[in-house]
Amino acid sequence: MARKIRVLVGKPGLDGHDRGAKVIARAYRDAGMEVIYSGLHRTPEELARMAVDEDVDVVALSILSGAHSTLLPKVVQCLLREKGQSSLDVLVLAGGIIPEEDIPALKAAGVDEVFGPGTSTQEIVEYTKTHLKREVA
Amino acid sequence: MRETSPTRGAGISDQLLEGILRGSRPHLARAISLVEDGAGEAVRLLSHVYKRRRMASVVGVTGSPGVGKSTIVNGLVGEFRSLGRSVGVIAVDPTSPFSGGAILGDRVRLRTHTTDDMVYWRSLATRGHLGGLSRHTGDVIALMDAYGFDEIVVETVGAGQSEVDIMKYAETVVVVLAPNLGDDVQAIKAGILEIGDVFCLNKADLPGAERTRRDIEMMLNLREESGWRPPIVMTQAHTGEGLSELVNAVNSHREYLVSSGLLEQKARQSHLAILNEYLSLLTVEKVLESAQVDGSLERALKDLSSGNSDPLTCASELVKRHLT
Repeated sequence: MARKIRVLVGKPGLDGHDRGAKVIARAYRDAGMEVIYSGLHRTPEELARMAVDEDVDVVALSILSGAHSTLLPKVVQCLLREKGQSSLDVLVLAGGIIPEEDIPALKAAGVDEVFGPGTSTQEIVEYTKTHLKREVA
Repeated sequence: MRETSPTRGAGISDQLLEGILRGSRPHLARAISLVEDGAGEAVRLLSHVYKRRRMASVVGVTGSPGVGKSTIVNGLVGEFRSLGRSVGVIAVDPTSPFSGGAILGDRVRLRTHTTDDMVYWRSLATRGHLGGLSRHTGDVIALMDAYGFDEIVVETVGAGQSEVDIMKYAETVVVVLAPNLGDDVQAIKAGILEIGDVFCLNKADLPGAERTRRDIEMMLNLREESGWRPPIVMTQAHTGEGLSELVNAVNSHREYLVSSGLLEQKARQSHLAILNEYLSLLTVEKVLESAQVDGSLERALKDLSSGNSDPLTCASELVKRHLT
């Protein structure tokens, strides 16, 4: 029997818009995954702690505040520290309002993929299923 | 670097056990997943973990959806921390019967102690298990206990009237209610109202709170006399009002269990209930497996659809055939 895929849908920082995060959470649920929703206004430290305690395979971050270049690398660093790993065994995804030109730096900082407005939930779920870093079987 | 995460592969159960006893969070987290996923290594891990239990106190929090269970749990964590106690939390939410997925949203209410090393919070999905908890709740409690938490708080799914499994695992069950959730007939029905050791009437600032309190009071008056009368604590979880009284009530109940000798009796009942659960699981598995092999399952199904037999007769025959 394949094990359950667990996902943390996280809202880092100060923006209060979580419609997108909830839509993604639901899409993951409908794909048979267990989704932990962080709630609004979380710090990178809090999100990393949640990811470790909940033993998730995926951290999906939704950010619309414009602070992605500051907050997302911090989440990755906190995850590395909390997990004591030099390369993460969790997939780190980001979505929201993130300009094209900021994406290379985010990827260099350890974000695995960035999804912009208009991406279908199906595409995100497919990407997630095929890029997990831990075995599922 | 804080901790080295466990790696998969051979010897994982020894690795996890060693990590848990050393107090490594990633190891505890991974061990819980292993147990939940029913992995083969989990059996070996648990056999060691149960011998290493330290007997933490287990408090159950149950009640209907939306009465404020998660906010109350967040408040309890704060109160226990201010007493210097470490806390493990298990929060259960339902699995979708259609996709098998789940949205575990209890963390949204956890607003304090989010990076406190003395607090560990784990969300579990029911994965089809009825009764208000996940099938592995008892095992996860054992893992947290071996890790060394002083208090373990278990929050059930939003319970209707018969999700009473929590009484098997918790020494003290807190039933959370909110004003105006039904008339006094609701209060005399069987079910979760019967299992409360402490009643927490949350949202006590809402109109109707006093009336609801009287309804619960009346119901308690009709209960058979025992050495413990469940107190009703009025709370407003979002402001913290009443939370220290709630912890006091939980502590008094615990003292009562010890002084009356009921704690031991309760433990015995809970072991019986858990044993029962595993026995049913294993016997069902065994019967179905061998009935599939020799074709008797198929024959039973045919008899049922043609109307030649009934479910009870079929089941008795299968048990007689495969369990002796």
